[in-house]
Amino acid sequence: MTSPLQQKLKVTGPVVVTANRLGDGAVVYRSADGSWTKDLAAAAVVTTTPAAIELLTAALDDKLKAVDAYVAPVELMPQRVLPGNLRERIRFNGPTIAWPGDH
Amino acid sequence: MYIYDDFDRTLVDERVREFRDQVNRRLSGELTEEEFKPLRLMNGVYLQLHAYMLRIAIPYGTLSSDQMRTLAHVARRYDRNYGHFTTRQNIQFNWIKLEELPDAMADLAQAGLHGMQTSGNCVRNVTTDQWAGVAPGEIEDPRIWAELLRQHLTLHPEFSFLPRKFKIALTASAHDRAAVKIHDIGLHMHRNGAGETGFEVMVGGGLGRTPFLGKTIKPFLPKRDLLSYVEAIIRTYNQYGRRDNIYKARIKILVHELGAEKFAREVEEEWQSIKDGALALDPAVVADIAARFRYPDYEALKDDPPELAKARADNRFRVWLDNSVANHKLPGYAIVTLSLKPEGGPPGDATARQMDSIADLAERYSFGEIRVGHEQNLALPHVAQRDLPALWRALDEIGVATPNVNLISDIIACPGLDYCSLANARSIPVAQEIARRFKDLDLARNLGRLHINISGCINACGHHHIGHIGILGIEKNGEEYYQVTIGGRADENAELGKILGPAVPYGEIADVVEDIAAAYLELRERPGELFIDTVARVGVDPFKERVYATR
Repeated sequence: MTSPLQQKLKVTGPVVVTANRLGDGAVVYRSADGSWTKDLAAAAVVTTTPAAIELLTAALDDKLKAVDAYVAPVELMPQRVLPGNLRERIRFNGPTIAWPGDH
Repeated sequence: MYIYDDFDRTLVDERVREFRDQVNRRLSGELTEEEFKPLRLMNGVYLQLHAYMLRIAIPYGTLSSDQMRTLAHVARRYDRNYGHFTTRQNIQFNWIKLEELPDAMADLAQAGLHGMQTSGNCVRNVTTDQWAGVAPGEIEDPRIWAELLRQHLTLHPEFSFLPRKFKIALTASAHDRAAVKIHDIGLHMHRNGAGETGFEVMVGGGLGRTPFLGKTIKPFLPKRDLLSYVEAIIRTYNQYGRRDNIYKARIKILVHELGAEKFAREVEEEWQSIKDGALALDPAVVADIAARFRYPDYEALKDDPPELAKARADNRFRVWLDNSVANHKLPGYAIVTLSLKPEGGPPGDATARQMDSIADLAERYSFGEIRVGHEQNLALPHVAQRDLPALWRALDEIGVATPNVNLISDIIACPGLDYCSLANARSIPVAQEIARRFKDLDLARNLGRLHINISGCINACGHHHIGHIGILGIEKNGEEYYQVTIGGRADENAELGKILGPAVPYGEIADVVEDIAAAYLELRERPGELFIDTVARVGVDPFKERVYATR
């Protein structure tokens, strides 16, 4: 999965804007009210290139709360929003492997 | 162990204070991300998929018990109770918070540890043989020369903004355990015809999207000239290396495009102008550095003490002994490799509790010294043979005595898409599945020495090009695929692996490795013929036919 930061923006389905929180690096999503949330369900979902550019531009203007904002695909399910590819699933759910447990 | 002085401590402490100020200014908004990013990278701080990652250098792979305890403390206090040992004698913490990084760095600094020059376009951690100073037949301890290079190249003002990152490795044994031929500069200590000790100098090695093995530009460099010649190489690279294209900016591209002979002439010209200046090494300076490496107060012991002979009756101990224990330069002692590749564990990971236990065991059995190898395992370099049974029981208890060192399940793997923002595909689950398939130690031992290297992208942090079996994760239409190479090796006979055929999907990659292993068992001339030798003898095609016959 080529880094989303390297992709030209071409929206063909539902997308959100995601980034890492400045203070701790946690995965966050841009919400409609201009805040950042860890809850993907609370993210603003847009479906057109102009809307995505608008959402991303506002996110990138926020220099203090989040870092490296980009547009990421999502899947819209009944009453749920899911990450749209493996990279985003891993960002959302964490590593696909068990962390080393303490003995 | 090398004993740091006040200069080293002051330098590290000042860097922590400087970084704390930079972090505060970033968090307050005084610094933008564009301004802050190069500053954090200079201290080994990356932003990965889920969090910040801190990379800490372990110069020439040597750690004290106190330093290992500090790493355990950082894992416990600031991270999620574990750390990841890398292929370049570093450790990475994957869940560090930017807000807490200055405190973590301050704690590390107390033990002489730091992340300086573990990232960015500068000279990275100088690596060497994890058995340095204890390997039988070694010419001399290469860490002395690594330390000289480290001191000279740390915060070197001329080399802080090179075209790209720059990696140096050196070894002083005939058998290369430091993979020097895949480094920007590889140094191999040897004796010339007159019996003098010096370095064969290789340049332009490296993996990534354009892999090359280093080319020898100086068959014998006297020791006094090490700093001046390295300076001349990096200066030549700094002047001519490309800065217009990140993919062509490493020294390997410059050496390839100029040709090794022309590059060598450029270096020679530069070197002649500086070789007899301030960088010519005064033997007194070298002696001073050497004197700061403290060696254990070894006892006069004999090989094969009764405790060891008695313990051999235990089959599990004997298997571990044969696999994980190597000869020491002194009789009665041994070098013990601690496998960080338990079945089901991410390669190279160690928990805080394991780190603490290893620190204690090193203190008790290895004069408080631990080594880190590029294979992502640890070693205790000074273990009395009489202590091996007790040490084995303790290592077994904490899960680092899996007797799979250099076997098919001793897999080198990068963090891959589970952690890394650059990755295209996962590495760790692939390693885990392969290890599961070969958990039968009899099968693994029958296969013999067989190195698998896995990288989750073309940047090749898992060194897939030089794996006996190399696995590269790629992305096809949103799915993970894996390209396989065979025949690579990282030792003194280094080779780049050859591509076996089309990439296979995630669900098939472990099957492919099983097919390759089965083909090897059929193709080898005799049980003692190593996989890598069979590939060299028969080529790729018989393996290709086996793997792709049904795909």
